[in-house]
Amino acid sequence: MATEIAAAGRVARAKQRATRLTARDRVAVGFMVGIPLVFVVGLVWLPTLASVYLSFTSWDGIGGLDTINWVGTTNYDQIFSIYPPFWPALRHNLIWLAFLAVLPTTFGLLLAYLLDKNIRGTRAYQSVFFLPVVLSLAVVGFIWQLVYAPEQGLINNVLGTTEQGNLIDWLGNPKINLWAVLVAAAWRHAGYIMILYLAGLKSVDPALREAAAIDGASEWYAFRTVVFPALRPINIVVLVVTVIEALRAFDIVYIINRGRNGLELLSVLVTDNIIGEASRVGYGSALAVILLVIALVPIITFIAHEFREQWS
Amino acid sequence: MTSDVASLPIAEAAERRGLRWPRIRLHMFLILCAVLWLAPVVWTLYTSLRPYSATAEHGYVSIGGPFNFENYSKAWQQADMLHFFLNSLLITVPALVITLFFASCVAFVVTKLSWRFNVVLLIVFVAANLLPQQVILTPLYRMYLEIPLPTWLSENGKMYDSFVGLIAIHVAFQVGFCTFVLSNYMKTIPSTLNDAARVDGAGVARQFFGIILPLCRPALAALATLEFTWIYNDFLWAVVLIQSGDKRPITSALAQLQGQFFTDYNLLAAGAMLAALPTLIVFALLQRHFISGLTLGASKG
Repeated sequence: MATEIAAAGRVARAKQRATRLTARDRVAVGFMVGIPLVFVVGLVWLPTLASVYLSFTSWDGIGGLDTINWVGTTNYDQIFSIYPPFWPALRHNLIWLAFLAVLPTTFGLLLAYLLDKNIRGTRAYQSVFFLPVVLSLAVVGFIWQLVYAPEQGLINNVLGTTEQGNLIDWLGNPKINLWAVLVAAAWRHAGYIMILYLAGLKSVDPALREAAAIDGASEWYAFRTVVFPALRPINIVVLVVTVIEALRAFDIVYIINRGRNGLELLSVLVTDNIIGEASRVGYGSALAVILLVIALVPIITFIAHEFREQWS
Repeated sequence: MTSDVASLPIAEAAERRGLRWPRIRLHMFLILCAVLWLAPVVWTLYTSLRPYSATAEHGYVSIGGPFNFENYSKAWQQADMLHFFLNSLLITVPALVITLFFASCVAFVVTKLSWRFNVVLLIVFVAANLLPQQVILTPLYRMYLEIPLPTWLSENGKMYDSFVGLIAIHVAFQVGFCTFVLSNYMKTIPSTLNDAARVDGAGVARQFFGIILPLCRPALAALATLEFTWIYNDFLWAVVLIQSGDKRPITSALAQLQGQFFTDYNLLAAGAMLAALPTLIVFALLQRHFISGLTLGASKG
């Protein structure tokens, strides 16, 4: 009801405004929207389309644009069949996503839930868990290199595994380094998620919780039936943030070992095709398009969720 | 509101009565987590404050001084960190200011003036911010090699390897997020304010600069804090779009300093702490703004 009135009001106002813009105002609006649009379309959307186009071509990137050859789906065929790092990289990205979505996200929610109770020192706790969020992933990579260093690192010294026989090479051993890096990534991600959920919890009606408590519901039951469903809008944001973070993951592995030897990621493969030795534009673009296709899922989810009501 | 007030005394009374033990357990859990959370940073700080000789003698995981800022002064001088900090400043500040200005303009038009493509326009901006950077990397790199710039802006006459190029991509990428946050914020400002000004004959520019923009100060402060951190923390764009080592901002310069100058873990720790310093200052002084920027983006206006 209220939204209908608002919508009707909006239409009325729209008509009024459309007639009121003077010629000078039109020029002003043109600049206000036009210049930012040039940046976004020119530097983001145009290259996105170019990526899609180039992924069906072969080009060494040195010759002029007329040396671009259309090769159909050859790049994709080769990536899926004979490009050794592709499947590991895709698998690592998926593990990255699953790990972030399960552990740090749940932990962030748990922290937010606990810190949202009226407990003493909640601000101090929040600051501690939030600290890694302001650090760049590059610095996070450095810090964790110190923690994981084989002979001089914190963890091996605490575990007593610094001798030749039992040394654990956390970042060098391709069987475990992905998990070691994921712990570092989770360290940063959990604080981010905690902040988002803390904001979400503030908007949960306290009367609902109160009612559940008076009814004698257990805390877990009340959380499942009252609190969590009320967090639905934040859950979507958290999901989108997590998926996008997992697809963007790059800095931390690049700092540690340039994304090799167990730390291959799609983002690293794309980058290597540009600044690496083998500059193969079509190949790099095809990898980028695969990344794009995966990324479209959370992007469309988010857009649909945020702008659904505004379409009317 | 009433339940809010009522629930506080109940919770407190409950805590005073039999519920003490669960509270203590809760605090023990949180303290344990907090210690684990701080350990990597404290460890880095601790290593950075001990000279190499001390760690060589006692081992890295050991107690025993001396403690001083030797590693910091060494890292600062050897790696010429001031130079890289200046690069970061010259990239971050213009990128930040332009991003916020562009975003305010677009948000104003889509929320306060009505035209047919409002929502589409907003989606064009917001979706751009959500793409993984690598999607556009390859063509962008080629474009940057082709787009000419006057030599007073870029020594080699190209967008590639120039501050302008780096600033431009930061603006293009970040403007979407800021537009989203600002448009949500501007929706909460009653339209009657600028409508009244319009009736009084104020043009679009006057309504924007004179009325709406000043009211957005809290959102702009939050976004400025957030965007400062994000742009300063950028690693990828600088690694790919800057070729000359001496033009790199500090965050991406770290990777190349690691092999060249930071020869031991003590120096590496000091270098990492120095590079993190601006963001740690933001954390200490502007944490509230940072958080409100994040949550403004997450909750709908």
